[in-house]
Amino acid sequence: MGTRDLLFIGLILGGAAGLGASLYPPRLDARREERKPQLKRDDGLSKTVAGLDRSFRERWKAEGLEPATRASDLTILRRLAIALTGSIPSLEELRRLEKAAQDQHIDLYLEELLGGRRFADYLAERLARVYVGTEGGPFLHFRRRRFGSWLSDQLIANRPYDQIVRDLIAAEGLWTDQPATNFITVTYDPEKKAVDPERLAGRVARAFIGARIDCAQCHDHPFARWKQADFRGLAAFFGQAQMGITGIHDAPGEFKPTDRKTGKDVTIAPRVPFLPELLPGEGQGDRRERLARWVIDPKNPSLPRATVNRVWALLLGRPLVEPIDEVATADEQPEALTILAEDFAANGYNLRRLIRAITASEVFRLDSTLPEGAQTDVEEDQEKAWAVFPITRLRPEQVVGGIVQAGSLTTIDAGSPLILRVIKYFGEAAFVSRYGDMGEDEFDHRAGTIPQRLLMMNGEVVRDRTKPDIFSAGKRIALFAPNDRAAVEVAYLTVLTRKPSPEEARFFMTRLADSRGRDRSTRMSDLIWALVNSTEFSWNH
Amino acid sequence: MESLIKDPGLILPGRREFLKISGCFAGLSWLTPVSHLLASQAEQSKEPARSIILVWLSGGPSQLETFDPKPGAAIAAGSKSRATAIKRVQLAEGFEQLSDLMGEVSLVRSLVSKEGDHERGTYLMKTGYRPDPTVEHPSIGAICCHELPRGDTSIPRHISILPAQWPARGGLLGGEFDAFQAPDPLGTLPDVVSSAGGVRGDLRMANLEAVEKAFAKGRGRRFQATRHQETMREARAMMTSEQLKAFDVTQEPQSLRDEYGNNAFGRACLAARRLTEVGVRCVEVTLDGWDSHVNNHEIHRKRLKELDPALSALIRDLRRRKLLDKTVVLCGGEFGRTPKVNLAGGRDHWPLGYSMAIAGGGIAGGRVIGETDPEGIKPPAKPFSIADIHATVLTSLGLDPKKENIAPATGRPLKLSEGKPIHALLG
Repeated sequence: MGTRDLLFIGLILGGAAGLGASLYPPRLDARREERKPQLKRDDGLSKTVAGLDRSFRERWKAEGLEPATRASDLTILRRLAIALTGSIPSLEELRRLEKAAQDQHIDLYLEELLGGRRFADYLAERLARVYVGTEGGPFLHFRRRRFGSWLSDQLIANRPYDQIVRDLIAAEGLWTDQPATNFITVTYDPEKKAVDPERLAGRVARAFIGARIDCAQCHDHPFARWKQADFRGLAAFFGQAQMGITGIHDAPGEFKPTDRKTGKDVTIAPRVPFLPELLPGEGQGDRRERLARWVIDPKNPSLPRATVNRVWALLLGRPLVEPIDEVATADEQPEALTILAEDFAANGYNLRRLIRAITASEVFRLDSTLPEGAQTDVEEDQEKAWAVFPITRLRPEQVVGGIVQAGSLTTIDAGSPLILRVIKYFGEAAFVSRYGDMGEDEFDHRAGTIPQRLLMMNGEVVRDRTKPDIFSAGKRIALFAPNDRAAVEVAYLTVLTRKPSPEEARFFMTRLADSRGRDRSTRMSDLIWALVNSTEFSWNH
Repeated sequence: MESLIKDPGLILPGRREFLKISGCFAGLSWLTPVSHLLASQAEQSKEPARSIILVWLSGGPSQLETFDPKPGAAIAAGSKSRATAIKRVQLAEGFEQLSDLMGEVSLVRSLVSKEGDHERGTYLMKTGYRPDPTVEHPSIGAICCHELPRGDTSIPRHISILPAQWPARGGLLGGEFDAFQAPDPLGTLPDVVSSAGGVRGDLRMANLEAVEKAFAKGRGRRFQATRHQETMREARAMMTSEQLKAFDVTQEPQSLRDEYGNNAFGRACLAARRLTEVGVRCVEVTLDGWDSHVNNHEIHRKRLKELDPALSALIRDLRRRKLLDKTVVLCGGEFGRTPKVNLAGGRDHWPLGYSMAIAGGGIAGGRVIGETDPEGIKPPAKPFSIADIHATVLTSLGLDPKKENIAPATGRPLKLSEGKPIHALLG
């Protein structure tokens, strides 16, 4: 057997391993998923939530706004599933929850999700976009997956967030062995054979400081808070980061950008944009280590604020302060942000606790409809003041996650039969590209597009899941629902996670009346098609 | 109207020699006073162009083996050139047909940028701006759709046929201005065929109406702001639009299809022409595979066999139909390639002096703007940025490049293009 054959076999095995890793990411501890969720202890959480609710109540009162009523439990469950797993609740999950006490549905579901791999994988993917961006470039696919699975492992272990951030900024070693170093390696330019301190400075500023300091990359803007010196000072912390055969390390060197006016290279010393007293002195670790310690210092409020703003946006579809990565300079910090940031910093940078606090708040559980009789001309003001739950466009993978889940009655997750996982993985990739990714500005206010509607109306993913075949939810509902009313209700629960209104129930019962066999399946699949193509399905609400 | 000579980058063919002879270096006008007058009148009465066809050479073609050959020079590394319809202007060997059309085509040979990465270079070329993490710039096609009226066009007005990795985006103008992606016109357009037509299709829409009504309640204005129903209507109008036939190149005579070339790229160029005729503002047609780090010459020889007939047929076809003045045709990639040939016989990325071809839209033909160093060492004396080409194209479409849009997140005003129109091309 020649070397080429060996290489070829190696390639095949490597490809198979990669595919396997993609379909079944390496598990830190598979048993964790089996653990029964337990309701958490309080630890002062309810006090934080009460403070949060009070601050919004005061705001609504001051602005003369009447808040929406509380949303139904089902609506809140849908929000949780979409934000935390990128999909919708399965009928199986809903039926299981129905058996628990009425007032525990939401808390039980939240804990079930927070303890599971689906949540860790999905949050890791959303955060990875912030850390290493969305561009392809030299950042290879498998590196990205390695980074994602490392991050997912940290999240499932509920590692304190400040420690994760420290690793991202300061880790040393090979990307395979120390996946956190991919935060640095992603900026490696093979032509210049160096990492890019300026891109790293921009990332750190946006992701962890909550400041768009990179706006001052080229020159100072009048009236802007951040100056070029702030940006370059930050970049200089990465001026000694090198990529060699032993991976990422710091070695002597300087950050020497070219001065635009003189055309000469200037040496820039590392400098933090504010709170210089928190920066460890020279000699206390290498430059990245010192920067990391400044970022995660409990006396530096930037990381908690930036994190709260982002997690809030992941859960509610819109950040508390806009734009999402410019929190530090906001003229007025909303009280809610301060309350949550203080709780986050005081309780060990615990991401799950932060998620529990936000999802327990009154705002998260408000309905997205205005109270009856409310003035419709203040609708946008209501939404701005969080007096009504915001309506935001779902991300493409959330839409496809919903379609795939809606086409099945049982929960689709890592434990589902291989065939469904394969469909989910490959179908998603093609779908996401046609639906249109929103890039990094994912919290911009975006409306729907024509290709999206075409894809939903006529595309393969929806067509395959609504056609009346034996494996589809539509067919199974048509076969097994005891009567028309039950069939309509199950379809609504499966696709829209709610019960039909009396008018809707009547309308669709008429549609199904006296149908049987193939005809009934077809009518059922037309009902599901309509549900999937509704505004309600493609938007968070 | 600005005098041509004010434009420092203009190098008309033979100007060097002429300058040597005359010894006259300043105050030279190429037009007599009378022709000046005629030219300015012509400009005023001229109707602006209506659409853009961007022939996108993805991967970054070598200027030396396309629009800026250096016959006999060391950096040519043996690649040959050929004479064209314009005296002293040469094109690379392989442009057999385009050479004859040089009277319609102008070349900008001194483009310079700082982007040597495929993704960043593509962004720069398509938007006219360098990537900036604080704002997503719209591509020029999106700008045209945003600025120019829709008319009775019921299909997307910004289309990318055979899209490569980074098709044109709407950026801050919104996703509705992203280029609609279409495959080889021989195949079917994705997702436009209804999965259930006729009575069943109507039933489905009635079903949908019932669901939408329930959701709209209590969400009136925000429901409207999703544009969901509106885009649904537009998508359905598109599905049944007669204008979709513009994609169907089989409706053209076989002889014309042969002229464009019997391959995906040739068909895409032909479809592009048909689409502009039904009011599409910008069609991007991609010919991929120019990233010649290895075997540069061979790769270019192969690509030109597709590019030359299709691009030439497109220009001839538009001219025959008297549409060339209404359609700007642009051809280029994200950057050029190094003057030095590497050990693998390839050329690497080179943004410091590369070319773009431009024709139609009332833009003057037969001109060459800027030049690169014959030894490939010195930077071009009169560099132009891609933003200048954008400004030129926008001007030919009757748009003011200095007009500003407001970036939504930052409230920052953003010009349609930061560049200056190249007057030598607009004259």
